[in-house]
Amino acid sequence: MQKIDLKSFLAAVDVPADWVGIREVTETNSARVVRDGVPEVNGCFTTQGLMVEVLADGQFGYYGTPNMTDKGISEAAKQAYAQAKKAAQHATYKFTDAARPANVGSYQSPFVKEKDTITPGELNKTLLDAYNQLKVSDKIVSARALLKTIQSLFRFVSSNGSDITQDFLMLEFDLSATAADGANQQTRTFGGMRGNCLQMGMEFFDKWELLAQAQKIGEQAIELLDADECPTGEMDLVIASDQMMLQIHESVGHALEVDRILGDERNYAGWSFVNIDDFGKLQYGSELMNITFDPTLSSEFASYGYDDGGLEATREYIIKDGVLLRGLGGMESQIRSGVPGVANFRASSWNRAPIDRMANINLEPGNSSFDEIIGALENGVYMESNRSWSIDDYRNKFQFGCEYAKLIENGKMTKTLRNPNYRGISNPFWNNLKMVGNNDTFGIYGTPNCGKGEPNQVIRVGHASPVCMFKNVQVFGGT
Amino acid sequence: MENIFKELCTGLFAELKNDELLTLSFCGENSQFIRLNNASIRQTGLVDDAMLGLKFIANDRTCVSSITVSSNYDVDMARGAAEIKRMRSETQEILEDPFLVLPTNAGSSREVKKAAGLGFDDAVDALLPAMQGVDLVGIFANGRMYRGNANSLGQYHWFETESHCLDYSLVTPEHQMVKGTYAGTDWNQDAYESYVDRSIKKLALMDRKPVRVDPGMYRTWFDAAAVADFVDMFSWNGISEASLQQGCSGFGKMRHNDQRLSPIFTITEDFSSGLVPKFNSNGEIAPESLPLISNGELTNTLVSSRTAAEYGASTNYAEDGEEMRSPTMNPGDLAHDDVLKELKTGLYLSNIHYLNWSDNPGGRITGLTRYACFWVEKGEIVAPIETMRFDDTFYRFFGTELESVGSTAEIIPDVLTYGQRNLGAITCPGILTSEFQLTL
Repeated sequence: MQKIDLKSFLAAVDVPADWVGIREVTETNSARVVRDGVPEVNGCFTTQGLMVEVLADGQFGYYGTPNMTDKGISEAAKQAYAQAKKAAQHATYKFTDAARPANVGSYQSPFVKEKDTITPGELNKTLLDAYNQLKVSDKIVSARALLKTIQSLFRFVSSNGSDITQDFLMLEFDLSATAADGANQQTRTFGGMRGNCLQMGMEFFDKWELLAQAQKIGEQAIELLDADECPTGEMDLVIASDQMMLQIHESVGHALEVDRILGDERNYAGWSFVNIDDFGKLQYGSELMNITFDPTLSSEFASYGYDDGGLEATREYIIKDGVLLRGLGGMESQIRSGVPGVANFRASSWNRAPIDRMANINLEPGNSSFDEIIGALENGVYMESNRSWSIDDYRNKFQFGCEYAKLIENGKMTKTLRNPNYRGISNPFWNNLKMVGNNDTFGIYGTPNCGKGEPNQVIRVGHASPVCMFKNVQVFGGT
Repeated sequence: MENIFKELCTGLFAELKNDELLTLSFCGENSQFIRLNNASIRQTGLVDDAMLGLKFIANDRTCVSSITVSSNYDVDMARGAAEIKRMRSETQEILEDPFLVLPTNAGSSREVKKAAGLGFDDAVDALLPAMQGVDLVGIFANGRMYRGNANSLGQYHWFETESHCLDYSLVTPEHQMVKGTYAGTDWNQDAYESYVDRSIKKLALMDRKPVRVDPGMYRTWFDAAAVADFVDMFSWNGISEASLQQGCSGFGKMRHNDQRLSPIFTITEDFSSGLVPKFNSNGEIAPESLPLISNGELTNTLVSSRTAAEYGASTNYAEDGEEMRSPTMNPGDLAHDDVLKELKTGLYLSNIHYLNWSDNPGGRITGLTRYACFWVEKGEIVAPIETMRFDDTFYRFFGTELESVGSTAEIIPDVLTYGQRNLGAITCPGILTSEFQLTL
């Protein structure tokens, strides 16, 4: 990778801007997939470039460029300045450099074993072993094992003194088995939607009993082929932490992004049922609902020290005892709205400007054991692992599908159920949260594929949650 | 950009040793983005971006890679050469690939589309005046886009185009919305102002108090933009031959149970519009026209060369992901002026939102109404509807319940900008269905 001196680039900028910032992103994403016994992908994808941002007449303008030379940066700053000056006549809001707080610091994601401690050949072998465990039967028509390692370097310097370096080593790991009998198809994965993504090193392969997991996934795919359809009706629903990940993401995280509430996203991702006046007042969920923005949880996918506006990231309660306290808004949104926020002004890479993004949004553990939750229900369904997700542009009406479910009868899990789905409306749904699992049920998940923004951006988020029970949910099965 | 690509091709092919094969692909843009909220500028900037993809084959193994192109030849050559060296080493230890797709030299192509576009410095003055007085939110994307492909056997393709797209929503004080997309190549100020003015006039319909519709079955008209969203789902666990073979396609009933869609439903992969290059990332040229579903019958799936090798099928040079690149649905005979009359009483849906398979094997898709969606009685629009969730199968709304197809196909541009700006469009008409299921 090209080594550069960001501070010298900053010195090379020659425009009469009120503020200048330069953000470097260098990211290498190594992907390996073994599907059906043969390598499908052995890839290594690297991106490197700079985002030059200037403030002129209260308007930020930017220029994303891969040309990392003094001349390239100087020209980028001039063009960004010209864009900002022109746009300032029609600015949505006139900012000052208070929107880019000065901070100096660094962040290193936690890991034990470096990325290169396992060779490409060894990784191919490991993935092939996992495939062989997934393929428990001839009815497994396709199976695959996937590993991605991501190394990212973010550096940020600014004319008001920010100097931040953040290094990340991250993993995404997935196992998937599809069983089919004609048009009857069932897929089981390792946590749904590539949910197993963490800040971690290659010690991941020591921690998880991957081959045992693979065999279980293959067996459950077969089990689903002959399982009963999920029943239809209003009933109590127990949601595993790998599906709570998605429930929190869609019906809490996005709804509380302040740029959505301010209307920036109305043409794409949408608006929110939450209003600016709701902060400090809205009973978002039952009193068992405690949601944190937590960039400090070790190994969670979106932990970091600073956001891309330079704001230091700290753990904050977003919802406490069910009451909405704080929005997911970085400095620009906090200034525009007057709502207390968090350090979540983030960009997907060097070629995009930061916007409000959820990061680690977690549901804090409660007091109930898993057995106590199941034992409390006479008639209900337990669901694991997301496979389908959809929610309206106000984050109200959601419908989610899961891979695997169990019927709960008289306090016990009985039959396996296939094609489980549920739907609801966010605010009443969360107010029907009646039991929250303890630390033993707490799982840390995330997703690499959260899309938002214009121009569009995909970003990584983390969600940790215990198992939860909701009363009176609309549950249904397949066609 | 093309010269940069050519120089890198020359330099990097020279790095190869005997029995090594290399395919290079190029994807770049010089773009302007102006983000709007309440008809004012929320964010604005420019992006130069270019990515060089490398597909390296040696020792019966394949490695793929990509690097950012900085436009500094020495830097980019060093990056590319380092990747070749790394992949050369890696092909000595990774698993053998029995389904190698080897490059060929089947001829070259070059297509450069010139346009009288809108200059980056002129965009604010051209765009903003026409939208004053309304709450407009959206994105203006503007500039040139580049695609290239070449391999070490001498095959070379280049595609270059320029376009602009203002993708926006107009919003009433009661939060009712109208969608608009003004896209093209040459900038025409009068046409732009006229388009926005027509959108503003549509807002008047949204002033009526929205009505709540109960869950249930409704006669429904879908505008072309809504149909395009359904058609787009075919590219995700649908028309792909690999997804059928691997048991994760919603088209399984058509393959395994001989189920058909309506005889008035026909869709073709049709490159004649020239909106996207015909070559894929392997440099293979797709047929100009490939029928996919003809009069309701699944006639072809999309088959990449790798899928063909793996499953013994014939390739139709689909992209590796086997998604549709230029789908075109045939129009029918329902004139737009007759839509409300034929709908009688039911739903008029202009746009839909956030689609996902809720039961992929059953072809069932869930999503939501969005923007200008209306309740219609006796052929007259009554009022906009409150947002509703639907959950229904395409085997019904493109099959048993498909009553009529609109007589005019519209070009619905791909406005997505993940990573880089997308090329292409879905061309389709609206449809009238006798039943469509709302659930929440």
